[in-house]
Amino acid sequence: MRTILYIIQKEFLQIFRNKGMLPIIFVVPIVQLLILVNAATFEMKHIKVSVVDMDLSSSSRKLISKYEGSPFYEIVQTTFSYDQAMDQMQRGKVDVIIRIPNGFERKLVKENLSKVQFVINAINQSVAGLSSAYCSSILIDFNRELLQDWLNPSKLAGLKNIQTDYSYWYNPKLNYKTYMVPGILVLLVTIIGLLLSGMNIVREKEIGTIEQINVTPIRKIQFIAGKLTPFWIIAMFELAFGLSIGKLVFDIPIVGNLWLIFLSGGVYLFVILSVGLLVSTVTNNQQQAMLVSFFFLIIFILMSGLFTSIESMPHWAQEMDRLNPLMYFIKIMRMVLLKGSTFDDISQLFYSLVVFAIVMSSLAVWRYRKVA
Amino acid sequence: MSAIQVTHLTKQFATVKALDDISFSVGHGELFGFIGPDGAGKTTLFRILTTLLLPDEGKASVNGLDVVKDYRKIRQDIGYMPGKFSLYTDLSVEENLKFYATVFGTTIAENFDLIKDIYVQIEPFRKRKAGQLSGGMKQKLALSCALIHKPSVLILDEPTTGVDAVSRLEFWEMLKRLKDSGITIVVATPYMDEASLCDRVALIQNGKIMTISTPSEVIKTYPYVLYSVKSDDIYSLLRDLRQFPQVHSVFAFGQSAHVSFKEEHAAEDVLHKYLQEKGHSDVKIGPTQATIEDCFMELMNTKW
Repeated sequence: MRTILYIIQKEFLQIFRNKGMLPIIFVVPIVQLLILVNAATFEMKHIKVSVVDMDLSSSSRKLISKYEGSPFYEIVQTTFSYDQAMDQMQRGKVDVIIRIPNGFERKLVKENLSKVQFVINAINQSVAGLSSAYCSSILIDFNRELLQDWLNPSKLAGLKNIQTDYSYWYNPKLNYKTYMVPGILVLLVTIIGLLLSGMNIVREKEIGTIEQINVTPIRKIQFIAGKLTPFWIIAMFELAFGLSIGKLVFDIPIVGNLWLIFLSGGVYLFVILSVGLLVSTVTNNQQQAMLVSFFFLIIFILMSGLFTSIESMPHWAQEMDRLNPLMYFIKIMRMVLLKGSTFDDISQLFYSLVVFAIVMSSLAVWRYRKVA
Repeated sequence: MSAIQVTHLTKQFATVKALDDISFSVGHGELFGFIGPDGAGKTTLFRILTTLLLPDEGKASVNGLDVVKDYRKIRQDIGYMPGKFSLYTDLSVEENLKFYATVFGTTIAENFDLIKDIYVQIEPFRKRKAGQLSGGMKQKLALSCALIHKPSVLILDEPTTGVDAVSRLEFWEMLKRLKDSGITIVVATPYMDEASLCDRVALIQNGKIMTISTPSEVIKTYPYVLYSVKSDDIYSLLRDLRQFPQVHSVFAFGQSAHVSFKEEHAAEDVLHKYLQEKGHSDVKIGPTQATIEDCFMELMNTKW
């Protein structure tokens, strides 16, 4: 035990003596949270619209004003030429073209039927899907108002009309940041934990100090424990630090029990540090360790449900995702922080992490013997 | 029981036989030297003895403990100084020493008397980071760290490589004193002149031990009469000597050439004449004592 404590002390001495280390520990989380949370958003704002109004009637103006009044749209061009609008779209200056044909109002009055064309830039298909949904919902709204204006009230009362009202649970204002902060936090502790631990042991190999350590009676377990504990502490500190920033800067709700977060976080970091250790046992220098770590990080992150929802992945990918520790912890974070889930609610996710921890650490310790 | 016992040790790396059926033993309190060029297999042998590498065949034991089975006990008993400086360069002299003392479950104070002579020389720099020490200082620190747990066997892999001549001499003085205190020392070196400072030496080449003997015995076995030849131009001297028909071997040895002849009787006069004809001036020829280096060169020539 004394040996482990002394190794830990030595590690901390080296970590804090390393000039590049302190900025990594303190600046990286702040920058990541502030930039990523604000930047990585799917919220649709400022969709650039070009209006081609060839009718210039009161109805067409009314329709356009509905788009103008929406926070999602920004009318950047009004023209009579569809070609001009198309040209702007080609240049990427316009996302949506609303084309109102000549005789729009006349047809509406005479034939009770009129057409409007939306041309949507679908290079990013998810944005395009959302734009088209917004566009149609505004049009439906416009339609309903027309009915109210033109039909006499007595007839209107007889019309069956289903209206949908929404109330959003766990995130009533649909604040995207509330959703992102817990996920980004997981990303943060993962990167810190995996890279620092993976680099550290392989570094001893690279500069040869492991040779001198290996001839000492230090036990493998003592060495590993002494090596990983400092990074576990640093990563846990990062988690607390990140949560504080989340609370102070983004005012994220912390509905559930914080101890539950730290308990799961502790187990999760154990998994990540074991992966780091495993990486450092199969590589010979820091460059290799870095590349291998990045390979796993990118797969883990992109499939973690941080940016894209897991439910919309293909079935095989969802099955594969069961092996992704990030997915579990992000779920736990969101459930506990936003929903106030209790241990019972997350127990299955939690125990999955425990299994991960046992498997990964055994694997890493077993692999480590062969090198020592 | 000997301090180190090695029988039929073999280690193969891919296509290279690093150790080829090596057997030897080192007695307690002996200063044993392995002399051989780079790539001879010295480091491989030492890594097996220090339990860092598993042998393919054969047995090796330290203090009667098998290097494979009892590796944990051996690690408590030996001090190892790798050829490459492998202490923490970002820790200070004092911190390194304290770290290794703690790791071995001891304290600096407990065994200070053993390292005192060495440590006092680096003590003025005890706050300095190990990475900023000079080569000689680094070696002294590494030796201190290898000794801090009072090992009974000290294994040093080329401890004087890259160290200046004065520090090398000092280092060997220290080894002598450690030997006197009863520690068994096994040291590898590519420097032939250091061989004469050992109790016994093993000449090693291509993974095989060519001879094991005391330095004086090794020299005695040198089969030829050796001459030292000097002239004003060492480069062309070597070339001309090699063309001289009766010559057996020619090696540069500092500012002179060491020459041996095929026949027993020396052809001193003939050689003198020959060299003068070749245009050498200031030619000096005289018999000389063979050194370990001459023996080594001779062994390399005859056996391989």
